[in-house]
Amino acid sequence: MANVSTTVAAGVAPASGGDRTRTLHRAIFIGLALMLAVAPFLVYPVFLMKVLCFALFACAFNLLLGFGGLMSFGHAAYFGMASYVSAHAAKVWGLTPELAILAGTAVAMVLGAVFGALAVRRKGIYFAMVTLALAQMVYFLSVQAPFTGGEDGIQAVPRGRLLGLISFADDRVLYYFVMAVFMGGLLLIYRVIHSPFGQVCKAIRENEPRAISLGYRPLHYKLAMFVLSAGLAGLAGATKAIVFQLASLTDVHWSMSGEPVLMTLIGGIGTVFGPIAGALVVVSMQNYLAHLGAWVTVVQGGIFILAVLIFREGIVGFIAGRLKQQL
Amino acid sequence: MPMAMSDDIILATEGLTKDFKGFTAVDDVTLRVRRGSIHALIGPNGAGKTTCFNLLTKFLEPTRGTITYNGRNITATKPTDVARLGMVRSFQISAVFPHMSVMENVRIALQKKRGESFDFWRSERTLDTLDDEVRNLVGAVGLGDFVAAKAVELPYGRKRALEIATTLALDPEMLLLDEPMAGMGHEDVERIAALIRRIAANRTILMVEHNLSVVASLSDTITVLARGRVLAQGDYATVSKDPRVIEAYIGAGHG
Repeated sequence: MANVSTTVAAGVAPASGGDRTRTLHRAIFIGLALMLAVAPFLVYPVFLMKVLCFALFACAFNLLLGFGGLMSFGHAAYFGMASYVSAHAAKVWGLTPELAILAGTAVAMVLGAVFGALAVRRKGIYFAMVTLALAQMVYFLSVQAPFTGGEDGIQAVPRGRLLGLISFADDRVLYYFVMAVFMGGLLLIYRVIHSPFGQVCKAIRENEPRAISLGYRPLHYKLAMFVLSAGLAGLAGATKAIVFQLASLTDVHWSMSGEPVLMTLIGGIGTVFGPIAGALVVVSMQNYLAHLGAWVTVVQGGIFILAVLIFREGIVGFIAGRLKQQL
Repeated sequence: MPMAMSDDIILATEGLTKDFKGFTAVDDVTLRVRRGSIHALIGPNGAGKTTCFNLLTKFLEPTRGTITYNGRNITATKPTDVARLGMVRSFQISAVFPHMSVMENVRIALQKKRGESFDFWRSERTLDTLDDEVRNLVGAVGLGDFVAAKAVELPYGRKRALEIATTLALDPEMLLLDEPMAGMGHEDVERIAALIRRIAANRTILMVEHNLSVVASLSDTITVLARGRVLAQGDYATVSKDPRVIEAYIGAGHG
């Protein structure tokens, strides 16, 4: 009898455990949306938009690292190129902001497909080095190419009107658009992780030879993950260009590739919500410690070292461990 | 070779050779595995059994020789495609997805029936339709009580059982088992042996195994390898009396 009941308990546990996790995640999504909805009445909206753009960027990076098992050190290429294309489309071609952002995202995905095809054949540090090298080529191209405006970048990008109707001149109006982009991106990432595709990617990450022996082609899955991640990084970069009305060399510089690494590490690698927390911490430091000047980098470096040494699972990873829940 | 004969052979090698920088691990091995049989590959340590296995499943490239599966030359076929042709292997070190549940482990293999899984926009709940089949497979290998457990938390013998359930989910025509009993306790050995006998009913099994009593009781045909070469071939009675086999084992310090 006792045996039967343990059987039932073990058999039922995954379904109810999964349901509980799902309910928790739904609650977090709703809570996050509510918080973001009231936030612009309490905090400066442009700062919030910066956090959201970088949070999406970090989430895109974390999708590839935490759920695809691939450490990219060249995500600035997709973020920055999308930023340029979006700025160019809005300013020179006069596209509406949503079309400009879509154009930037599409270019980032194409770039991701080409770079990804070259990079996914390598693993670990070699993969990181290939992505870095390719991103450096994009940087060089951005310095040389006329359309990027070289050292000046593309300035005074018009924010325009959504669908040609709603003006983005007001920070708060634009904020809700950015919030929608961010929530959409985050929901997409969540769906990717919890899809049949996500399951196969998880299996490949856990035991690649075994996945091959079951008939899966890891390179195809890694490439698909890479393109998704590059596209979402592009979406973040393209949106950022509209928000700050600027696309510049900073966006494609290798140090920009380091930002999502730091944010993801602080927030928690392989957690859904960690990179958001990480982005909030890093962007807040950059903004509110700005008076420290060059010392911001030192403080950042210190936090980075602390995170690596004693706080490995990151903020959200730590909370998840305490709650014994996936977050 | 008469037609009927070659039809009966599911897997064949011709002069299969693998050189590792001057060291020949597998040397001119010619193998015939009959359809529907349990065929064992035995031999002292370093005889080239696992190398041979890796060559057959294309995880290693042969230096010379050909491999034919179901009348098709697979010498240049990729490992993924070998699996798709219906020849699926297990690994010596237990090959599970450690941080996935027993359920998810088996489901990954069943998912293959849907074809590719690039549908990142669908919920994983679309996979719930596979649950009954997963439960059947998991139950068949005696893991019914452990569906929710993470693979990494299972004891060794159960991990091997999980691996077999995962492999069976692909419904392969031919199974290659690399030391299925390695490191197992007595009880586990009995259970896995019974399982292998049961699943062999409608498929072909080629296995590398050290446990000679298991080999004796399970296999229809035994190929003995020593220093990369085929020493003897036949059923257990024939092979165990072969003086060269006895010498190879005793000479190598195995009783």
